[in-house]
Amino acid sequence: MKVLVGIKRVVDYNVRIKVRSDGSGVETDGVKMSVNPFDEIALEEALRMREAGHASEVIVVSVGGDECQQQLRTGLAMGADRAIQVRPEGEVQPLTVARILLAIAQREQPGLVLLGKQAIDDDCNQTGQMLAALWDRPQATFASRLELAGEAARVTREVDAGLETIEVDLPAVVTVDLRLNEPRFVKLPDIMKAKRKPLEVIEFGDLEIAPDPSMAVSHHAPPPPRARGIMVEDTAQLVAELKNRGLL
Amino acid sequence: MPEIDMYFQLTDEQRMILDSLRGFMEQEIFPHEAEADRAGQLAPEIGERIKRKALEMGFYAMNLPTSVGGGGLDYTTMGLVERELGKAGWALSGFVTRPTELLLACEGEQVERYLEPCVSGEKHECFALTEPGAGSDILSMKTRAVADGGDYVIDGFKHFISAHTPPDFAIVFAVTGEDRTERGARKRVTAFLVDRDAPGFEFTLGPQCTSQRAYRTYQLSFDGVRVGKGQILGEEGRGLELADKWLKMGRVYVGAQCCGKMERLLDLAAEWATTRKQFGKPIGRFQGTSFKLADMATELQAADLLVMHACRKADAGSMTPQDAAMAKLFATEALGRAADSTVQIYGGMGLMEELPVERLWRDARLERIWDGTSEIQRHIISRTLLREYEAT
Repeated sequence: MKVLVGIKRVVDYNVRIKVRSDGSGVETDGVKMSVNPFDEIALEEALRMREAGHASEVIVVSVGGDECQQQLRTGLAMGADRAIQVRPEGEVQPLTVARILLAIAQREQPGLVLLGKQAIDDDCNQTGQMLAALWDRPQATFASRLELAGEAARVTREVDAGLETIEVDLPAVVTVDLRLNEPRFVKLPDIMKAKRKPLEVIEFGDLEIAPDPSMAVSHHAPPPPRARGIMVEDTAQLVAELKNRGLL
Repeated sequence: MPEIDMYFQLTDEQRMILDSLRGFMEQEIFPHEAEADRAGQLAPEIGERIKRKALEMGFYAMNLPTSVGGGGLDYTTMGLVERELGKAGWALSGFVTRPTELLLACEGEQVERYLEPCVSGEKHECFALTEPGAGSDILSMKTRAVADGGDYVIDGFKHFISAHTPPDFAIVFAVTGEDRTERGARKRVTAFLVDRDAPGFEFTLGPQCTSQRAYRTYQLSFDGVRVGKGQILGEEGRGLELADKWLKMGRVYVGAQCCGKMERLLDLAAEWATTRKQFGKPIGRFQGTSFKLADMATELQAADLLVMHACRKADAGSMTPQDAAMAKLFATEALGRAADSTVQIYGGMGLMEELPVERLWRDARLERIWDGTSEIQRHIISRTLLREYEAT
């Protein structure tokens, strides 16, 4: 069984995000970029499946300009067998990515598509769900535990009420949550090997997908600075203050 | 703050190595720093754990060529690696072992007995050059190895021989004769591989140092220690040339380690400057504080550039002793200033053991002394400079 893993290049989680002065987006010049941490967890899970003999090949795929090859190389160094970069045209939104992943899934026929539950930059949390719908396959989102059982996967999901375990038929789309695993550190010899692993570049135009203009970003703005807090004497004052502000 | 990843064009490999090493250090090294410093030693089981993990990660012997089982990193990448490892003290980072490149001079049986076990982590070496009467003036060395039959007999004493873990053998420098040169007699110095269990070789823990407290030094005494000719590392009488070949790079790496420490200090200082309030505003809003930060950031970048310049020249085979001396001199002295400024920005808290600042400040002092004092570096730089003018 092949496992397809989505990898997104995002601003590193340690970086304090700054909005560009012209509001056209967040500052990425001179900013450290990394693999979206949830995608790293997805890849780690795929690698563990391969190591346990449940998967035959792990393919990482990213949608982005050539700079995202850095993150694909990281995926290859972690242990993925090969990488696919899809070079987009124009702005990339979740539905476009879902359509691209669908095209790749139809070509590669994976038994499982593993994605991060969301990317830490836009926090959309849409791509996995959209892909499952387009592909017409089951989905299990927010996975904190994943076991394969023959033609099915048993997935424990982190939901608002606690944990929910469901079984989905394969092929399926699973999006992963933070507690699924702890990704490995990349070993030096594997970093050296990653250079020689195949990285295929596909032009968006060759996939015959219509770009999705349904959403347009008008501008970016930083959140307002936090107002100064106050110290309350007791619970009664706390309740009163909350009521004053219309919060209770 | 600009990370080094940002102001140098790193290759994908370099970026991945640094990312992985940073994660490794966060998990395996930094949590033990304070305790090791307080105790004046690292618990052996923690050292063993770091070593085992470093071996698993391929982080062991990264500096040595792949032909001998090492990581095969070039000098530039090693400079970046040393910069990261330098953020921690040697007591811990020593277990991510970079065996001395002197061992590459091993020949024949020596390869199997010394080089290979050092690469695989089965053995550890120490570098025994310094003596109480021979620090910067290394040729005042008193340790002698006298030819006797087919053997050599070593007598003498070495101190300040640092090691992260008790070594299995020492690379010992001893006088084996005298050459007549145009400028008078000059001692012939030879490097010997001496096993720790050799009869007459005594190995004791040295005094506690105030910098890098958990990184211990040893005293080595030799009383009629008999070694065969096969224990000579390199050629007889060529010990200092051998040492010098690798010591130069060691100086650049000390500079790199200092850059790592400076980055850490700048991070701590900037954090404090933006959170500590006095007179109703963060102290970073006062130029007395902010200008210190500006100087630290500027000197860090300058030190980084000198170190990387030397590393790149080393990779091109064109690094001079002055390149290495300048990188070491500037980076170690800039670190001293940065550590002092950080303490000043922290005020009283900068000297309290609860925070890492006082430890980094104490540790910084050593850098201007070991691997050639600042004065020796200035001597190397000025000597070459003056020679050029004297020649014209």
